[in-house]
Amino acid sequence: MNIHVRQAEVSALISAAQARYVREIDDGDCTAWPNFFVDDCFYTITSADNYAQNLEAGLVWLDSKDMLRDRILSLLEANVYERHSYRHMIGQPFVGELEGDEVDSETSFMVARITREGPTDLFATGRYIDRYRIVGDEAKIVSRTVVLDSNQIDTLLGFPL
Amino acid sequence: MNNLAPLGAEMPVWAKEDEGFHVPYWVFQREDVLEMENERLFQGETWNYMCLEAELQSPGDFVAVHVGETPVIVTRDHDGEIYAFENRCSHRGSLLALEDRGNVKDFTCVYHAWTHSLQGDLVGIAFKDGIGGKGGMEKDFCMNSVGPRKLRVANVDGLIFGSFDEDVDDIEDYLGEEVLDRIHRVLEGRKMVVLGRFTQVLPNNWKLYVENTKDSYHASILHTFFTTFELNRLSQKGGIIVSPNGGCHVSYSEIDQIAEAEKAKNTIYSDQNIRSQSDLQLADKSLLASFKEFDDDITLQILTVFPGFVLQQIQNSIAVRQVLPKGTDEMHLKWTYIGFEDDTTEQRRARLKLSNLIGPGGYVSMEDGCIGGFVRRGTKGASDNNAVLEMGGRSIEGGDDRITEASIRGFWAEYRMRMGL
Repeated sequence: MNIHVRQAEVSALISAAQARYVREIDDGDCTAWPNFFVDDCFYTITSADNYAQNLEAGLVWLDSKDMLRDRILSLLEANVYERHSYRHMIGQPFVGELEGDEVDSETSFMVARITREGPTDLFATGRYIDRYRIVGDEAKIVSRTVVLDSNQIDTLLGFPL
Repeated sequence: MNNLAPLGAEMPVWAKEDEGFHVPYWVFQREDVLEMENERLFQGETWNYMCLEAELQSPGDFVAVHVGETPVIVTRDHDGEIYAFENRCSHRGSLLALEDRGNVKDFTCVYHAWTHSLQGDLVGIAFKDGIGGKGGMEKDFCMNSVGPRKLRVANVDGLIFGSFDEDVDDIEDYLGEEVLDRIHRVLEGRKMVVLGRFTQVLPNNWKLYVENTKDSYHASILHTFFTTFELNRLSQKGGIIVSPNGGCHVSYSEIDQIAEAEKAKNTIYSDQNIRSQSDLQLADKSLLASFKEFDDDITLQILTVFPGFVLQQIQNSIAVRQVLPKGTDEMHLKWTYIGFEDDTTEQRRARLKLSNLIGPGGYVSMEDGCIGGFVRRGTKGASDNNAVLEMGGRSIEGGDDRITEASIRGFWAEYRMRMGL
């Protein structure tokens, strides 16, 4: 297959996966969220400052698909918080060159949050710094680093970004 | 209820006999109280955490922080000492540092290039003598006569505290021996490494968060992560230490080895009766994999220093938190996640995983970030009512019981003393 055609195909797979991903968080119940990842995945949320300074800690720091499942299980069954939901707007993914079956990708996002008594607020902006693996005709996340633009984070970061 | 006290309206009276066990809600709501706090607490005879010594490695390194609502610069000068002064130009009051951290040779204001040394002294004025005999400062102008206010600095095991008041008690006396020992327990002789920094924005008065950190009574009730997944199976005991003035505290829990030995003897019988209360299990328990870091069995230690500092050890998750007021109804909680230079790769990984428990998204602390907002909203229109803090009596003495509000009462005792309220 022509390499350019393959690149375009991979970009389309990533875009499709990301569209399903935000739909699961915003309009689903997040239980299918781990399925967008490979088994030995990595997911973290950090800030642009920490990322620029190579500081490793995350607001969320998960290094297996099971830990992602546990995160959702805890949010649904254990943790206590006021009802709220997100609305993600995602940009076009900036997709690198395919290396074997893996590829780097970056995508900007904005997330609004809607709380029980509150208005729709701009909750977070940032970018996903991703490594995807193409498995059959699906793009699965190997690693997602959610880099928040601001170091100030609202008091509750429950559901995934 | 309007948070702004009407002009000229006098502050209500907080009855002396209420001590720290009845707290009126207006102390969380009034602008004039906040003004008084900035003056009497944050700029008064208190010690305020500013940064870690590890953030000031080389001469010229600085961090821009806040003490209360006042912007402050902390530096290391070429004599190796640490200095702190207001982040405010001598001339017209502009911020001197416009970055959070960095390395500089001096602080030159962007507005008119007045230059300040790493110790906060005014050392240069652009066009001081004018040009061609015209303009310039008066000949008798003395550069020593102006300048940002300086803070007294104290270093406790790598934690840098500052005070605007020269007459503040030495920090050892301020903390009291027992609290100081518990800082040593976690940090003494160790080289800290910053693993990450996050600023959590809470929608409530700063004192509501401080109360929460001192509240050992709520832990097993509000936070259901450990109980839902039945993660804490070891018998625990613990207690509370309150500093002599009341404002600093330590709450801790440790594995009860005697009870554990008893349990082991009875396993044969008790095994028959163990019935899981819920079917919920974590699929990946490596989240909580911890390693032996201390010489004792203490798995959790929360330590506060009046007015707004927290040192946390939750298993191997070590962090400091700085509580900063932002008006009456908002605050910033600045988290610094800490590791140590001699951590192995596995130990570092354990700390990063355990940090899932803390911060704005933490399995345990996400509720703490919200509860202050619930109180703020719940107490609108109830300024003259008061919170009831009588769990465990009315005294501010510590003990081996954590179902108590003694350390919160202690905070209010010291608060009232220093505020004259």
